[in-house]
Amino acid sequence: MVQKLDTLVETPSQTAGPYVHIGCIPSFAGLEGVYPEDLGLRAIEDGAEGEVITITGSIYDGTGWAMRDAMFESWQADASGRFAGQQGADPKVNGFCRFAADKDTGEFTLTTVKPGATPTRAGGQQAPHIALWIVARGINIGLQTRIYFEDEDNSADPLLARIEQRNRVETLVAKKTGEGQYRFDIYLQGAQETVFLDL
Amino acid sequence: MSDQAYIDQGPLIPRNRAAHPVPYDPDYKTSVPRSPNQPLLSMESTLSEETGPRFGHSMLGPLDNNLILNYSKDAAKPAVGERILMHGRVLDEMGRPVPHTLVEIWQANAGGRYRHVKDGYLAPLDPNFGGCGRTLTDENGCYEFLTIRPGAYPWPNRGNDWRPMHIHISVFGHSFGQRLITQMYFEGDPLIERCPIAATVKSRSQLDRLVAPLDMAKARPLDFLAYKFDIVLRGRRQTMFENRMEGL
Repeated sequence: MVQKLDTLVETPSQTAGPYVHIGCIPSFAGLEGVYPEDLGLRAIEDGAEGEVITITGSIYDGTGWAMRDAMFESWQADASGRFAGQQGADPKVNGFCRFAADKDTGEFTLTTVKPGATPTRAGGQQAPHIALWIVARGINIGLQTRIYFEDEDNSADPLLARIEQRNRVETLVAKKTGEGQYRFDIYLQGAQETVFLDL
Repeated sequence: MSDQAYIDQGPLIPRNRAAHPVPYDPDYKTSVPRSPNQPLLSMESTLSEETGPRFGHSMLGPLDNNLILNYSKDAAKPAVGERILMHGRVLDEMGRPVPHTLVEIWQANAGGRYRHVKDGYLAPLDPNFGGCGRTLTDENGCYEFLTIRPGAYPWPNRGNDWRPMHIHISVFGHSFGQRLITQMYFEGDPLIERCPIAATVKSRSQLDRLVAPLDMAKARPLDFLAYKFDIVLRGRRQTMFENRMEGL
């Protein structure tokens, strides 16, 4: 016999379901009047330092259909690479945003500042990126991924370096479509399948 | 959001995926086109997962965790249904309480009808029930909601599938990598065994952890029954040998 480990086990996830908006974005569900406003409406406040950017995209299921009921949460550093709560972080950057795919088109939009590079424990740097968490009907445990930017130097990023199939790296890189405009599409399955993360 | 100072507490403990539902389960039909085919890319957590949003009391209204009244805002117009207290603690895998974290819930009304533009089930809406609530855990990680027990409802999956009575729960924890959404079921509900969504959790002991026991000790005589639902989030792996990050 050995001593018993006293760690607990994480509570199992369950799908957020088709009505996730009731709890997380009530106004999107047509539910008004309980809270003054939805949580996490804005990643940034007016006056945030850095380049304000807009990222649009869709999330496609395995049949190529743009999902209409997904909910996203993003979390990121400010323009100088500091997260809310860290010393010196830009007080105008919340870092957190919650948004949904459009009911009719399936397209989402995120307006934020382009994040700066962030440090690693090993003393290196991660290329600028936004962490993205996706829940929806049919997704049993929230999917983690990241948005990188095609106009940044991603060559030394430790996470991108771990992707064995180099042709999959581009699934995490948002394409620049105009001044301050990016496109980031997510594919749940198939030849263009987005890299999803476990970290 | 608060401006609490960030302290490096080490990487997150990697997720034990066997403790969670399988992503692909043909009995839950929507998971078939919505589950990745390729394996996840695993590595040690980074600052992006080890930090996360914090929410303060200033955002909360006095009725935010009272679903019986928070839609009508009128004590003379309570929601219809079986009045219950839902309560529990949020802990991490090391057994430490997770204080001051946001817990959000949503649910159908007593007849199984959601107040959502896309729910067309024939059971009626309750004019005094919205179906969402939120609260912050206290310094010991405890939370509570007053609500009504939701009804079961049918859904288009297999020919005659019905969801058990359940309440959806979303918890933030203290870092983005702890983010969790799950569902609470009720002790004794025979629909749990027949539900393909519950059955996506393949470990029996893990599924049992989603079933809240009746908690008579917390019930208030002549007012409400109580159910207890504890939640465990991922822990952090700091040891005495772990180094602080440069510049933090």
